[in-house]
Amino acid sequence: MMKFRFRRQTTDPQREKIKQELFAFRKTVEHGFPHQPSALAFDPKLQLMAIGTKSGAIKIYGAPGVEFTGLHKDTTAVTQILFLPGQGCLLSLLDDNTIHLWELVAGVTREVGGVKKEGVVSLREVDSYCLPGRPGIESSSATRVTVLHLLKSCDLLCVGTEGGGVYVLELPRLSLKENQTLLQDHVTQSLPDDYRCGKSLGPVESLQEHPQQAGKILIGYSRGLVVLWDLSSRHADQLFLGKQQLESLVWERSGNLFVSSHNDGGYSVWAVTNGNVYNNQPVSSTIPYGEKPSNRSNTSITTGGMPRASYGDRHCLTIQQDKEHVTLDFTSRVIDFFTVHNVDDDKEFDDPSALVVLLEEELVVIDLLTPGWPSLPTPYLAPLHSSAITCSCHVTNVSTKLWERLINAGKAQQSRWPICGGKSLAPPPKQQELLLTGHEDGTVRFWDASGVALTPLYKLSTANVFHTDCDPVDDPHDDPDMQQEEEEEWPPFRKVGCFDPYSDDPRLGIQKISLCKYSNKLVVAGTAGQVIILGLNDERSDHLVDVSVMDLLQDREGFTWKGHDRLEPRLKPAPFPPGFQPLVLLQCLPPASVTAVALHAEWNLVAFGTSHGFGLFDYHRRNAVLARCTLHPNDSLAMEGPLSRVKSLKKSLRQSFRRIRKSRVSGKKRVLTTPTSKVQEANAALAEQEEVAPVQRRIEPRSADDSLSGVVRCLCFADTFLRDGTHHGPTLWAGTNSGSVYAYALEVPGVGLGRTCERGGASESSMCVEAVLGKEIQLMHRAPVVSICVLDGRGKPLPDPYEASQDLAIAPDMTNAHSVLIASEEQLKVFSLPKVSAKTKFKLTAHEGCRVRKVALVLFSSSVQEDYSEHTLVCLTNMGDMHLFNIPGLRPQVRFDCIRKEDISGIASCVFTKNGQGFYLISPSEYERFSLSAKVLTEPLCSVDVPLSTLPSPLLDTPLDSPLSCADLTLDSTGELTVEDVRDFLTTVDEEENNLRNMKDEEGRSPGILIN
Amino acid sequence: MSRASQSRTPTRAAESVVEVKSKFEAEYRRFGLKRTVAGNFQEFYRFLQSIHHIRGMDVRLCYADIHGDLLPINNDDNFDKAVKSANPLLRIVIITKTDDDSMVFATNSLQRRKKVMTLPGLNPGATHSRGKSVPQIGPPQDFRQISSIIDVDILPEAYRRVRLHKHGTNKPLGFYIRDGVSVRVTPHGVEKAPGVFISRVVRGGLAESTGLLAINDEIIEVNGIEVAGKSLDQVTAMMVANSHNLVVTVKPANQRNNVYRGSKTSVGNTGSVGSAGSIGSALSHDSPSPASQSNPITASSSQAEGDSDDEDDEGDIILESDGLNPYSRDSARNGAAAAGRPFPQSVSMPNSMGASLSNSASYSQDRNHNHAGSSGRERMREDGNMITL
Repeated sequence: MMKFRFRRQTTDPQREKIKQELFAFRKTVEHGFPHQPSALAFDPKLQLMAIGTKSGAIKIYGAPGVEFTGLHKDTTAVTQILFLPGQGCLLSLLDDNTIHLWELVAGVTREVGGVKKEGVVSLREVDSYCLPGRPGIESSSATRVTVLHLLKSCDLLCVGTEGGGVYVLELPRLSLKENQTLLQDHVTQSLPDDYRCGKSLGPVESLQEHPQQAGKILIGYSRGLVVLWDLSSRHADQLFLGKQQLESLVWERSGNLFVSSHNDGGYSVWAVTNGNVYNNQPVSSTIPYGEKPSNRSNTSITTGGMPRASYGDRHCLTIQQDKEHVTLDFTSRVIDFFTVHNVDDDKEFDDPSALVVLLEEELVVIDLLTPGWPSLPTPYLAPLHSSAITCSCHVTNVSTKLWERLINAGKAQQSRWPICGGKSLAPPPKQQELLLTGHEDGTVRFWDASGVALTPLYKLSTANVFHTDCDPVDDPHDDPDMQQEEEEEWPPFRKVGCFDPYSDDPRLGIQKISLCKYSNKLVVAGTAGQVIILGLNDERSDHLVDVSVMDLLQDREGFTWKGHDRLEPRLKPAPFPPGFQPLVLLQCLPPASVTAVALHAEWNLVAFGTSHGFGLFDYHRRNAVLARCTLHPNDSLAMEGPLSRVKSLKKSLRQSFRRIRKSRVSGKKRVLTTPTSKVQEANAALAEQEEVAPVQRRIEPRSADDSLSGVVRCLCFADTFLRDGTHHGPTLWAGTNSGSVYAYALEVPGVGLGRTCERGGASESSMCVEAVLGKEIQLMHRAPVVSICVLDGRGKPLPDPYEASQDLAIAPDMTNAHSVLIASEEQLKVFSLPKVSAKTKFKLTAHEGCRVRKVALVLFSSSVQEDYSEHTLVCLTNMGDMHLFNIPGLRPQVRFDCIRKEDISGIASCVFTKNGQGFYLISPSEYERFSLSAKVLTEPLCSVDVPLSTLPSPLLDTPLDSPLSCADLTLDSTGELTVEDVRDFLTTVDEEENNLRNMKDEEGRSPGILIN
Repeated sequence: MSRASQSRTPTRAAESVVEVKSKFEAEYRRFGLKRTVAGNFQEFYRFLQSIHHIRGMDVRLCYADIHGDLLPINNDDNFDKAVKSANPLLRIVIITKTDDDSMVFATNSLQRRKKVMTLPGLNPGATHSRGKSVPQIGPPQDFRQISSIIDVDILPEAYRRVRLHKHGTNKPLGFYIRDGVSVRVTPHGVEKAPGVFISRVVRGGLAESTGLLAINDEIIEVNGIEVAGKSLDQVTAMMVANSHNLVVTVKPANQRNNVYRGSKTSVGNTGSVGSAGSIGSALSHDSPSPASQSNPITASSSQAEGDSDDEDDEGDIILESDGLNPYSRDSARNGAAAAGRPFPQSVSMPNSMGASLSNSASYSQDRNHNHAGSSGRERMREDGNMITL
């Protein structure tokens, strides 16, 4: 259908070329902390860290900006990762008992954003191996791999299994050395009878190679037996007859001692002395927390410079060094940890410089060189979800000044990050970009989103504006690690990490954020109807926050709010740390969640909307300008009651219009007045339920009776023509869930009306901002209004506040007629101004059956022509695809599949940047970054010094995608668009084939392909 | 209007007198009418003629119902209905029959009347010379059309394209759709494909009352857009989005009531089982003529541009406040004295559907000319006029 519809335009190859230069879709990088990590590894030579996840992804991180992602074919959990040190290879063990070999390979030259990059390294899977089940063994779990150990020589891999066998695989081919296999019976024979007692030794728990003598491995069995096995002579050198169930083993560097840890929370030190075949007793045995057996303890320890024991299933980890003893108490489960230490074999000790602990929900790095062992802020892998993300907001092109002030406010230490492998080849970001996330606990986090690594900059807490039950005594800006809890408690616990999903008060949650980057004003709106206006201040300040209450119900007395109470504002002056400090607190009544916010810092106005109505506030003069209820007229009629005989003309007119509107849609309600009809209706409903059809959808026109119809969905300020075609002035636009749009003409002293009536400064301050209702538009299809945007005479969106007046953007065209673009869930429509008449429209839902979820106006720059750019409307629909339309013509340009349609939270969390990128949540803790622009890309481009590959050719190209995102959408590493991804409305089949051919011909994605 | 609240208490409304405001051309008459005695149309008709001093003139009575629709009064029953619907005012419009022949009662007809009347009548002089007692023969005029079968000439015979007119929401559209498997006969044999079917028709709903849609009818298109390849939710959204002017093309489960045109009628197709075969054959031997191909292209692309906005669905209501005087600071101040409480005073209704309500029979004749010799395949290619009718 689409093909005929747009065929007329396909005759324009020029346009096709321009579109290729403007638009290209790819998912570029995943920000944040991997969801459900399950394995950790570190390559001390290349200084790379690898994290495996339960969904089968492997992510490698080095220096900030260096990231590689690989994805296993199956979405099974990665249980173990091993680096082949210095080789740029790693082995992964999956939950399905397969072992995979991965390699970092330098790929072909890539072109990104018009810049050629050579030596870009990517991660690919080379080989995989599955241990065969042994015939004659009844249980298939016998060959289930429990532990992998790589010998120092990197050519042999020892595999311990559930059945107690140890197998040896040759690397890099991953082939089994049959004759090297050590089965349990082999060991049992050499055991003394009293130890054997007829039981099996249990699964292999630990394999450790002797640090000095190659070819000797220490095998630890679950029952407690430890064997020092010589691989070459196939003979047990020594047996250590432990009685306690074993958890892990670790060698001391000299090879004279090793430590075993046990499930009772204790560890034993064993001496390896030549001569003795049987060792019955450890040299020493300690249970550090023995007096607290209930503490099912952290069996993990680093003692005296000897690291690397594995496993703790409680959220603690202990560091001991001489007399210092600290137990780190984490908020989530410890997955694994490693230390960053010197790789010099000659040193007596490891001398670890940092301890890296992978927890289920975050990564904690402890600086072991600094006394007190503080934790280091991570430049990436930040737990975005330390409190659940409730909203996000992106600010492009942040000025350096604001940037520095933010960094100062955040006290982000420029500390030495211990993991520094690889080199980022990506060009330094051209502009600074901020990503703001609002959280459930009332905090707003500022992230540096300019590059590949999403780095935290600053955290703002709004909780201290309010008086909450659990009053936040602890200053949120104090580094939690600095709070040395000098408690006389044993073990010496120390809280570490910032993952804290438990919100003190859900009402504190942030719903909407708006930041003016020029005036440094921030508006934050929350769940309990609070709207906080904040200003940036470099000094600490104690002050009382002004509180203003605005009743959005106005004269509707009959309404009772049954939801939560408002938050109590703090009555005493509160200390506010440097950074954004609250100026005014606006409280909407009823305290429903704020659904829309708009800030115009030039006019000192903030507009906000809830499910009951919207309001306008002048924060400079601290007075409320306007409150308007948007509740459905049906309700209001019911509330007004029969008594109001004397009504104002206004009321009766409004009512009559409402009646006309209502009557078109809501005849049903009238019938439902008598109780008998209610019974009938209930019976009918019951009858309907009885005949159960599998999946049915009711076809009913949209009703205005929905209780959510009054929800204000969007607000926008614009300097445009609302009164007449010759004089423009400030306006406020509001759109609701039921397809109503209200346009108010604003009187802002000193602004607008063509600046003809500029008055003296003295009188200005005494004047108030006033709002007059100009237009009310009821969209016939009644779909929720998603976005409103005013376009200037050239059809371009109006610039942000201050941009025009400070010459930061091209001034809008005020000579030609403006128009307003109203995007509802079903249609996109452009109306002319000041007389609101429809100019163009696109009925997306009527044509495609999808609904608009998010809309943004984006400036796409051409990847070829330096100064060519186009404003484009980007629509994200409920099917998870992106539709791009030109403005104001509203002609469809391209379509990309982006998010799975089942991923509702992903679609709901999507934010767009102004230059064609975007973010959406692929898990509670991860943002996927994508780019719609052919020019603006932020993706990892990194190189690692790896030796030339000796490995066999790859089995497959690995998709650069996590399984949580669009699994069926494979993007190969060269970033070509597959044909399924883009449904180009304007190309015929032939041309599409041509396109494809062209793309194939031109290795890689050359941006200047001319079609035909 | 201001006493609207009174009528909501039923007891008082029952006994009260109906306030009637009748309008003939520019003249108004106001009078009261007892609800209990109301009921005789002829009496009422003569009464109105007398108070308007138009005795002997052949007029038609209409009233505005609660939805703002103009509905006819021409017998006792609908007169009774009109009186009952008075809420509390009964607005009567008297129209001389001569200028009214093209009139069809429909949604928003009150507002649209002016445009309708400027249209040259399609069948002028059909009734005006006739006496009242003579029953009218011809296209129905005093009724609201709720549905029509359209495009009979261009669709395959096994298909039926139904337009549902939803006037207000007195009746819900009233049907449900479900996923299912449709069987088609193609040149390669029988093929199964996912399809969307009507799963249930709500009793008393619009769909049922038309009699044109039934359970297990397969939905082929919605307002000219093919359903194939779309999910159930997408189809639902498309139908809801088009609900004010829904055109559904269905393949009826019961193929016995199909409309057959001229020579094409083949006995083999009448059986319900063989219905699928007829599609296949229709598709295979019809090759579209170039003329008919170009027509839909231009029409539909203009629709994409959105400039063919004569559709009835886009009557967005725009209320303009006159308190907002064009650029006068003082008046703006006055208006703002009651800040946030200005009131709308004028209504403009853009994009009214204008002459769009002609009857479908004459329309399809026009279509016949455009599409001489084409059939079958054209069901997928919508003429813009057709969509926007």
